[in-house]
Amino acid sequence: MTKPAVLTGEYFMTGDVACAEGALAAGCRFFGGYPITPATEIAERMAIRLPQVEGCFIQMEDEIGAMAAILGSSWAGVKSMTATSGPGFSLMMENIGLGICTETPCVVVNVQRGGPSTGLPTQGAQGDMMQARWGSHGHYEIIALAPSSPQEIFYLTITAFNLSEKYRLPVLIMTDEIIGHMSEKVIIPEAKSIKLASRPRPKGRKDRFKPFAPGPNGVAPMPAAGEGYNLHITGLTHDEKGYPVMDVETQTEMMARITEKIQKNLDDIIQTDSYLLDDAEIVIVSYGVSARTSMAAVAEARKLGIKAGLLRLVTIWPFPEDQIRKLADRVKGFVTVEINLGQIHREVERCAGGKVPIFLVGHSGGTIIHPDEVVKMLKEAF
Amino acid sequence: MEFWRIPLDADTIQVSRGIVHILEDRCKGCGYCIEYCPKQALEFSANFNQKGYHPPCVIKPEECVNCHYCEIICPEFAIFSVESLQTTELKQVRT
Amino acid sequence: MQKIPMTSNKQPDHPLDDLIRTDRIPHIWCPGCGIGTVFSSCLAALKGSGIDLQKTVMVSGIGCSGRAAGYVKLDSFHTTHGRAIPFATGLKLANPELNIVVFSGDGDLFAIGGNHFIHAARRNMDMTVICVNNLNYGMTGGQVAATTPHLAKSTTTPAGNPETPFNLPLMAYACGATYVARWTMLHIRDLTDSITEAICKKGFSFIEALSPCPVNYGRRNKQKPLDMLKLYQEKAIIKNDADPSTLDIDFEKGIILGKFIDLDRPTFIEEYDKIYRPSRLQENVPELNS
Repeated sequence: MTKPAVLTGEYFMTGDVACAEGALAAGCRFFGGYPITPATEIAERMAIRLPQVEGCFIQMEDEIGAMAAILGSSWAGVKSMTATSGPGFSLMMENIGLGICTETPCVVVNVQRGGPSTGLPTQGAQGDMMQARWGSHGHYEIIALAPSSPQEIFYLTITAFNLSEKYRLPVLIMTDEIIGHMSEKVIIPEAKSIKLASRPRPKGRKDRFKPFAPGPNGVAPMPAAGEGYNLHITGLTHDEKGYPVMDVETQTEMMARITEKIQKNLDDIIQTDSYLLDDAEIVIVSYGVSARTSMAAVAEARKLGIKAGLLRLVTIWPFPEDQIRKLADRVKGFVTVEINLGQIHREVERCAGGKVPIFLVGHSGGTIIHPDEVVKMLKEAF
Repeated sequence: MEFWRIPLDADTIQVSRGIVHILEDRCKGCGYCIEYCPKQALEFSANFNQKGYHPPCVIKPEECVNCHYCEIICPEFAIFSVESLQTTELKQVRT
Repeated sequence: MQKIPMTSNKQPDHPLDDLIRTDRIPHIWCPGCGIGTVFSSCLAALKGSGIDLQKTVMVSGIGCSGRAAGYVKLDSFHTTHGRAIPFATGLKLANPELNIVVFSGDGDLFAIGGNHFIHAARRNMDMTVICVNNLNYGMTGGQVAATTPHLAKSTTTPAGNPETPFNLPLMAYACGATYVARWTMLHIRDLTDSITEAICKKGFSFIEALSPCPVNYGRRNKQKPLDMLKLYQEKAIIKNDADPSTLDIDFEKGIILGKFIDLDRPTFIEEYDKIYRPSRLQENVPELNS
């Protein structure tokens, strides 16, 4: 009955299935989910595959329960994941905040569809990008990744687990219906070639251990329940011991802990990709499926003599501010391409600081953006 | 201790005795231990504790039979009894 | 019980001090609140049950009772409002060796968290759920709850509660719980015995512990702390194996206490292993030759 966790080989796979395989290759052994289009296939794949690798799958009663369950399983020492789409993502928000506050590693996949509300359940969009950043209440840092193909979702799911373990927080994979349901070639490498990270483990006396005392990179070691540490873990503002303390000093210290571990490691976390960017005068900033559209548009624009280039955001949050700032000093302008009416667009605008004009090629959701629309914008705006 | 009927084995029964310990500063003065002590061995003390409550005090230490009820009803972990080495024969406690 | 000579001057520690975070005592619960008593009963049960306490986890939600997790010196998780049970589900499934005790309040477990309770009972998820039922939302100042008696006053039902409260043991039974009991915080020895039994029993166990909230519920319903305890004393009808449908809380007729359900059926993990991970079951069978 048991099968390898890493199914080394060449496949024709949907993004959703590749995501599930990436999770298994990353060491994920628990999935708590709830059916929702277009993310259901991830749960279905995990339901088959997890027991084959001695893992556990459970379909919870709702997405709130799913998110709570993966936090619990993570504290039992097991790498854990859930996958959902917009409405479920909204329901998960409070417990994503608990994951942030209690510094709990886990991965949440959002296969985005058109919103708001029930919206366009079977059609793609990129409208949850700001919700990914600020969806849970309070101020915090988050990591969100945006894959552009089934092959990339395989690798980025592994990256997501590695980052979540290394920095102890929920990491979001912000894909979309189009990538999730598209079938492409996916190469699964050999297990030994995949680099895996695990949460930092505590050393020393158990009775003196403080679960929130940061280590050298700002991240505290993390034991599991049942190991004899008598942990107390709470969503209340807490000190390094994990005890609730209701004062401004503790709040300030805790907030510094959960934000600085990301802010001080941006170089390690942020990944971007580029296409013909070196000599570009106009930079298209895009991500996910829209980056594929943009790439086609760049190629087309170059044929027309427009010096366009693409900055593809692989990491959306923390936002690659420095890259945009540096580009703003040398290029003539930016075009943001995304399937919403301007979310990452505003971030680009903020980082460009008014130095150059910025245009949006956006769409309300339900389909991809055609490269022609991007080319048209490049021709008309510059 | 009064009985309607003296048990036949009264002379063999040893009544356990307890010593009550009170962690005064944990007390919030609910009085449950005082109210439910089967031997009425406790009373509110005239003193205040750190938080300004009147903790219980033992007024009849010789009455404690180490039933632990004060200990288990206390919501504050503020009172408990431990068994004393001395036991009393039932006949002796009969009044 | 430890024996010490009467002449000893040294104050010994409270017998449960080894299970509480003494550096966080006194706790936040109001004078006369019964949560501390139920909590203490739970700790006594944990201690007396003989289970491996290093492998025992307490999970709470939000509210007054939810603070219990912050006082127990075991691995303990204070989660979000209503989500103690699904969080505990994740813990249990990821490490089936853990003993799980969910300790929370009626508002947390049965209003905002009601759905999770229903489904964990249906799945027979192996955990013990202790509900401190104080008939209202205490932490937020005494609002009506899913357990507030009909016509009782609260800050959000100032002229009396128009709604009908839940019969919690009936709900637990109907959803599939394999152990159901109800006691009050005055029936401590029975409560402790029930919690001990529930902890040692595999499957989903549920214990309702009635407890006074003098500051918020009592004050608005003309009940001083001791009045509530006297009511428990006078109105309690101990009836083990009572029909769950007769267990509505009615202080006029009397409140039925006891152990109502104690049955066996396979837990979620047992069924999952049987169907999906048979290799795991084989591993657990001791080898005859060894």
